[in-house]
Amino acid sequence: MSGALTYTRYELLRTFRNRRFFLLSLGFPLVLYFVIAGPNRNVHNISGSGVSLPLYFMVGLASFGTMSAMLSSGARIAAERAVGWNRQLRISPLSPRAYFRAKVITAYAVALLSIAVLYLAGASLGVSLPAGDWLQMTGLMLVGLIPFAALGITLGHMLTPDSIGPAMGGGVSLFALLGGTWFPLGNHGFLHDLAQYIPSYWLVQASHVALGGKAWTGMAWVVIAAWTAVFSALAVRAYRRDTGRV
Amino acid sequence: MSLAPGAGGAGAGAGGADAGAGMERQAREIRLHGLVKSFNGPHGPIEAVAGVELEIAVGETVALLGPNGAGKSTTIDMLLGLLEPDAGGVSVFGRSPSDAVAAGAVGAMLQTGSLIRDLTVRELISMMAALYPEPLAVDEVLELTGTSEFAAQRTQKLSGGQTQRVRAAVALVSNPELLVLDEPTVALDVEGRNAFWRVMREFAARGKTILFATHYLEEADAYADRAVLIAHGRIVADGPTNEIKAMVGSRTIRATLPGADLDALAALPGVGGVERRGEAVVLTCSDSDDAIRALLAAYPHARDIEINAAGLEQAFLALTGDDADGSPGAPAGAAPGAASTAGRSA
Repeated sequence: MSGALTYTRYELLRTFRNRRFFLLSLGFPLVLYFVIAGPNRNVHNISGSGVSLPLYFMVGLASFGTMSAMLSSGARIAAERAVGWNRQLRISPLSPRAYFRAKVITAYAVALLSIAVLYLAGASLGVSLPAGDWLQMTGLMLVGLIPFAALGITLGHMLTPDSIGPAMGGGVSLFALLGGTWFPLGNHGFLHDLAQYIPSYWLVQASHVALGGKAWTGMAWVVIAAWTAVFSALAVRAYRRDTGRV
Repeated sequence: MSLAPGAGGAGAGAGGADAGAGMERQAREIRLHGLVKSFNGPHGPIEAVAGVELEIAVGETVALLGPNGAGKSTTIDMLLGLLEPDAGGVSVFGRSPSDAVAAGAVGAMLQTGSLIRDLTVRELISMMAALYPEPLAVDEVLELTGTSEFAAQRTQKLSGGQTQRVRAAVALVSNPELLVLDEPTVALDVEGRNAFWRVMREFAARGKTILFATHYLEEADAYADRAVLIAHGRIVADGPTNEIKAMVGSRTIRATLPGADLDALAALPGVGGVERRGEAVVLTCSDSDDAIRALLAAYPHARDIEINAAGLEQAFLALTGDDADGSPGAPAGAAPGAASTAGRSA
């Protein structure tokens, strides 16, 4: 339906016009990346994983930036709800499905930009991969972000603009920590074993495409699917319950 | 006291709706029947809507009139499908509220609300227009609502009055069969109010159905064909606005009149009730013009005379039979909704 398309187009326009949001969500991971990977650009094998430090943290910080991008759709939803706009949309012919789709597409657009910025930064620090690996890595990250898209919508329909900030900050920090964004989790031990069940771990693991073979095990797909199912169910529930005046 | 709404008058107000019959008539109506909705309050459940019965014919402009907390917004939320009733049902042109909304037959300006940021006024209206099957032209709506002069402004830069006008434009551009306005003029000054209602009148003239909630009697009187009075979640009166106005717009005469005989005062023409307040008396009048003439003829020494329109709040208290303490007493003649709904559903 063309109405849903137009709605998506204006949602994208609105998001890209919010400059402060944009600079922060793209700039913050970028600065962190140069702080961490800049001085260590010649570490070619981080923690014996076989992945170079600039590559590892390029994907690590891309996972951080994209998780933030997905959850920030929740912040936009919370802001819309606070001014009663969500109720205005609910009494329009825009279907919930089209509404969700627009929100997810917008979040992915920001995430893709965040990935692109970090790829450029990585390349500037000497990360070099065959074209197929870049693509595969990107594809895996985009799949790994699906549960976070659903989580963003859930939080957006549950929380107020005041409370969603801490929830996002805390959520992203926790997922980043458990997923190995800040340091490699090694090949054994409690954190490593726990991380197998955490979706952000598989985002970061996308960097292992550089080692040849498959970066994701079968487990990865199951874990992502399970978190997607849970968060999607929560998102639908949160959306349905959230019809009142905020 | 004669506050009961004229049953005949209420029926006449809906005369147009009786032309059709059976299914076709139902499909051309908005029906709320037996609506009940409770919320959890700090001291147990609060019944916000306690059995609302209402039918609105196509093309009618109806005011839902009531004090704050009467259940107007809750009723409207159920009409729009934003709230599920605990009991009863809603039919909008023969469809469920959600089906009517999905078909683009309903547009609304909700009570609370502002606009999303980072779009210009024109972009926002265009976005909303794209969602509806038969929108009005964006330029036409900008012109109509007086928003064209700031159409290129971002929505977050607008003043309160401008925002309210854009919200009206959002509701209008959908070109709905049923337009619902929940206290639409609260944020507007007098001039803004007049302009707003001029636009809505023009819209109504296209054969559209309009339901608006307000707590201003003057607004209901000036712009609605019919007023529905709601208090404590129930419809307490329903009829043509002039009758409702006469009913709730009763006046009181207050005069200093030491040692007056209350029974004699009560017997004056146009006087409904008398009360003594120290040296003063307060006459509640069915016709204050007759009453003041009679009063001055009989008591030329009456002084400090004030004539006041009884406020809507007082009228509601009288209608719902609550005394000043707010404890419910006997209903004052007006059986809930009896005047219109009984007459119409026959």
